[in-house]
Amino acid sequence: MPRPTKEEFFTILTGVHDPEIPAVNVVEMGMVRNVEFSGGAVHVEITPTYSGCPAMKIIEDDIIAALRSAGYNNTFVTTVYSPAWTTEWLNDSAKEKLKAYGIAPPRKISDEVILLLPTIQETVPCPFCESSETEVRSDFGSTACKSLHYCNHCRQPFEHLKEI
Amino acid sequence: MSIDFHTQKLLAAFLLRLGDDRLVLGHRLSEWCGHAPVLEEDIALTNIALDEIGQASAFLHLAGEVEGGGRSADDLAYFREATQFTNVQLVEQPNRDFASTMARQFLFDAHSYFLLEILQKSAHERLAGIAAKGFKEARYHLRHSKEWMLRLGDGTAESHRRLQSALDDLWPFTRELFAFDETERALTDLGIIPELENIEKKWNELVLSVLAAATLAVPANSGHVASGSRTGRHSEYLGHMLAEMQILARSFPGVKW
Repeated sequence: MPRPTKEEFFTILTGVHDPEIPAVNVVEMGMVRNVEFSGGAVHVEITPTYSGCPAMKIIEDDIIAALRSAGYNNTFVTTVYSPAWTTEWLNDSAKEKLKAYGIAPPRKISDEVILLLPTIQETVPCPFCESSETEVRSDFGSTACKSLHYCNHCRQPFEHLKEI
Repeated sequence: MSIDFHTQKLLAAFLLRLGDDRLVLGHRLSEWCGHAPVLEEDIALTNIALDEIGQASAFLHLAGEVEGGGRSADDLAYFREATQFTNVQLVEQPNRDFASTMARQFLFDAHSYFLLEILQKSAHERLAGIAAKGFKEARYHLRHSKEWMLRLGDGTAESHRRLQSALDDLWPFTRELFAFDETERALTDLGIIPELENIEKKWNELVLSVLAAATLAVPANSGHVASGSRTGRHSEYLGHMLAEMQILARSFPGVKW
């Protein structure tokens, strides 16, 4: 039996969806950092979006289940912190999926200096009507990685995957 | 990097300090869950709590590994006594009101921001990795707490009074944030962590500028200054807090779900 390739494993793992944002999978979210096959076992390295992301255990279980379905019964998942997860890893396809799901995707990170007074923020465009007449309601939303916004144009609240 | 036994002990102690600060603060913030004045802040405080606890978990896990005694992050969090905790006394102070919680958070966030910014350059790869990740999160924490300092300080007469009072109470706990001892100095001399002395100056600059913008008075540096927490001396609050935090794990040792 031919030795499975790294690409094959990554493809299997594209079937594991983010438990909080099912429109995207853990591979395109940049959470799967490496997969190795050695000693008859699959070794997967994952990284959390935010240090305390409570979904990591579920993601770990889902990864093990997905690999078991593909015929691999020995899987070890480790969490790594370096390099730190960044929204820069999301490609355009992932960003489109987020927008279609109603989450404003992360923008390109600029050298915004947060220590300036007052805080300067460029508005996030509404994922529903594309207007820039939006405001931040909170830098913290329903999950660690999202912030809460409101669109004054179409009058809907929406979430945004924070640039980090 | 491979390090000798003595250095291992120093590094484990340093990592424990970083972890304990965030574990205790994270727990304090979690106490707000369901009780914050507005829903958005309930979510903000608990999200920040998660970040702190996540960072704590990473630091404690690494501390346990470096220590080499087989202690996991859970062992360190749930099965140590108050006198074995090495967090600064600032973070164990009770939440009291929202102003007090924000003051405590801002004073800590300013410290955490500059500390993690410099620790991400540590020669110890895994410490640097955790610090780099924590630094990104600290930016959002600092932005949030700084905004509340401005909003409450330069707010109504009541919000100003409450925040000034909280600041006066918490100021004596800030000296400890910069009480670097032989642990930090030795690690710096060994080239494992960068020089930390500059952090105090940056903290002062930022904090004083925010207080000025928030129309708050800088508390006088008089009276008792908290000390000794890095070697296990704590205020009476920590024991009570740990009793709540640890009771489940201690009641059912080894339980897994």
